[in-house]
Amino acid sequence: MRPDTPKYKTSDEVDFVIVGSGAAGGIMAKELSTNGFRVVVLEQGPYLTEADFVHDEIKVLTEDLLTNKPKLQPTSFRKTPDEKAKPQRALVYGRCVGGTSVHFTANFWRFHEIDFVERSKVGPIPGADLRDWPITYADLEPYYTKVEWEIGVSGLAGASPFDPPRSKPYPMPPLPVKGSGVIFERAARKLGWHPFPAPMAILSQPRPGRSACVNCGFCLAFGCEVGAKSSSLAAAIPVAEKTGRCEIRPNSYVHRIETDSNGRAIGAVYFDEKRNTHLQKAKAVIVCANGAETPRLLLLSANKQFPNGLANSSGIVGKYLMLNSGGVATGVFEEQLNDYKGFAVSRILHDFYELDPQKVGFHGGGGLDARFDITPVTFALGGLSPNTPRWGKAFKDALANNFTRTMEVFGHGTSLPVETNSFSLDPDLKDAWGLPALCLTYKDHPDDLKLSAWLSQRSLELLDAAGAKQKWAPPVSEQQFAVHLLGTCRMGDDPKTSVINSDHRAHDVKNLFLCDGSSLVTSGRGQPTMTIEALSFRAADRITALAKRGEIT
Amino acid sequence: MNENLSRRNFLSRGSAAVSAVWLSAHWPAIVAAAEHAHQAAKSSAPDKFQFFSPEQAAEIDAITARIIPSDETPGAREAGVVYFIDRALLTFAVDNQQTYRDGLAGLQSRVHELFPAVEKFSRATPDQQDKILHSFDEQGAGGGRVFRSDPSASSFFETVRLHTIVGFLIDPDAGRAGNRDGVGWKLIGRDRDHMFQPPFGHYDKDYAGWQPNPPDAEKTKA
Repeated sequence: MRPDTPKYKTSDEVDFVIVGSGAAGGIMAKELSTNGFRVVVLEQGPYLTEADFVHDEIKVLTEDLLTNKPKLQPTSFRKTPDEKAKPQRALVYGRCVGGTSVHFTANFWRFHEIDFVERSKVGPIPGADLRDWPITYADLEPYYTKVEWEIGVSGLAGASPFDPPRSKPYPMPPLPVKGSGVIFERAARKLGWHPFPAPMAILSQPRPGRSACVNCGFCLAFGCEVGAKSSSLAAAIPVAEKTGRCEIRPNSYVHRIETDSNGRAIGAVYFDEKRNTHLQKAKAVIVCANGAETPRLLLLSANKQFPNGLANSSGIVGKYLMLNSGGVATGVFEEQLNDYKGFAVSRILHDFYELDPQKVGFHGGGGLDARFDITPVTFALGGLSPNTPRWGKAFKDALANNFTRTMEVFGHGTSLPVETNSFSLDPDLKDAWGLPALCLTYKDHPDDLKLSAWLSQRSLELLDAAGAKQKWAPPVSEQQFAVHLLGTCRMGDDPKTSVINSDHRAHDVKNLFLCDGSSLVTSGRGQPTMTIEALSFRAADRITALAKRGEIT
Repeated sequence: MNENLSRRNFLSRGSAAVSAVWLSAHWPAIVAAAEHAHQAAKSSAPDKFQFFSPEQAAEIDAITARIIPSDETPGAREAGVVYFIDRALLTFAVDNQQTYRDGLAGLQSRVHELFPAVEKFSRATPDQQDKILHSFDEQGAGGGRVFRSDPSASSFFETVRLHTIVGFLIDPDAGRAGNRDGVGWKLIGRDRDHMFQPPFGHYDKDYAGWQPNPPDAEKTKA
């Protein structure tokens, strides 16, 4: 049963209004309410619970039960800023209480030391504006540990020779190995690589109010029915609500941050479910709306005082978007894996985390994972080899044989920060509320494409070593669909080249903080949520300290 | 009492000491809940058409039976896909009504064009039916991994193909009149249980347990 939570009046100036309840917003709400502050969380999506999380692929994937709604929230895409953007579905993100953490795969890799200091180490890269973070891995390490223990991550410390130092082991053992994991582990060792149990934000042991994973098989893209997936909904928001100081207000679409004549934020303006407009007043505003909606909200908040958008004196709000590169290879094996049972990933490897540009001819690095994350309908539409007939007896026979015998090796890697890759406001397209729609502009840096192709080759090599009967990898192509939304309001010490400082405070607005994928300075190697959550724990500490010293208002 | 909450509390009762064996021993309560959903889905399975006329339904049924044919194992027909589509056109696929109306007319013309002696698609032989459908299929082979593709298909044939596949493999407990009796999942080997325990298949059943990597790893393998 959910505890009674406060209902704050919009005119009541609460300590913090948080925009978004996902990976970052949920943790921010938990931390700040636990620290004694009065918090309102405005979430544009509905407050769904475990009873709503079904295995119906139409409801979840076609009708977007958990995600942004293309009909209400159209988007557009172009490759470069000189093109006219065309309306098309350009991104997916969680649109419900808990945000994208409700439906994610739950791969929870920490970033390594290199991710924070890569620019110093490798120097400038043509066509990109790679920068060091203003914080290091050591600064973030205690917060990675907090994520693992407080949110719930399964894994095996010390299993990877490439892991960065850690202050504590994982709070619970890894999830069981899947057939794909065994095949991956054996083949990788044959090749001299170093596979290890995947760290996953899914419980291998029960926690109060949450079950261990029951291996139901509807994991990626679906909500967890038993609370085993460590979403903000399962792991953070219940704690926030229990403090009695945090109100989660769903169906509240924030579309402007209001400022006063001193350039201070005074609250967040939102549409309720009936499209009535309200201003929730707060002493400070924290935007955790994701790497697409956070910059959009700043741009929508432009006014006389901030003509280019709020907190955008640098002009880089929405820019340097990184989607992560990657490549996938699929293999079909002689015997049944039944990999549809369980969560997605049980084994990964990080041998290629830091590739030598002198040897491979491009900058970047990544990891590989063994997975099967495809539910039945999706499998039939895209899981068979490209030369399989699309209907008729041969199609049916391939479905019957391959569904239980298929696995994938997925490569995840870096994206370089390129100024023209961005989310911006489409000049023509409007959403169902009449507001400018998101426009995605993206053209992968050439090194990102080379890395993706290189990772695909390693994936095929692994499947070959594993003795796959059949294997294929689609050719690497330029991305035009965004899932990981990173870098669009990046952190830095210099207000000319970054949007927030290392406390996540906007350089231009003293009581405005941003924390989510947009804060990232580099893309990591493809699994950003763990770092987004660690940043949120850290930001909450910094914000708490500032507030207690009276340095926010 | 909310059924889901009690289920969750039930599952997490105790603590870390709760083993998978304990869970499986107590799983019947969950199975009962799943069974309830299954019965609900079953009892709501339609026995008559709401969008199609019986004649139209016979034509659509005949198409679905070529997309996923019946042989030694059940196909689209046994999965009741035509009922799924009929209901889909009044629910999530309401935008496709015109595609079906126009498509059925176009199908009729194509049948006459290719096989003047045949009255309608459903009366053609399977070979003739395949020839007719191939004449609509512009893509041939080819798939590619779908993460979250646009679910709308452009042509009549692509729409029926998509709806047939969805109707054959949708969660049989979703209450959408598709995948009747779970025959689609049975064909592909997907168990209908809501919980599984390792070992899951052939390759993990004799896994000896995790063995550490040698400590001599070089960071760059390339």
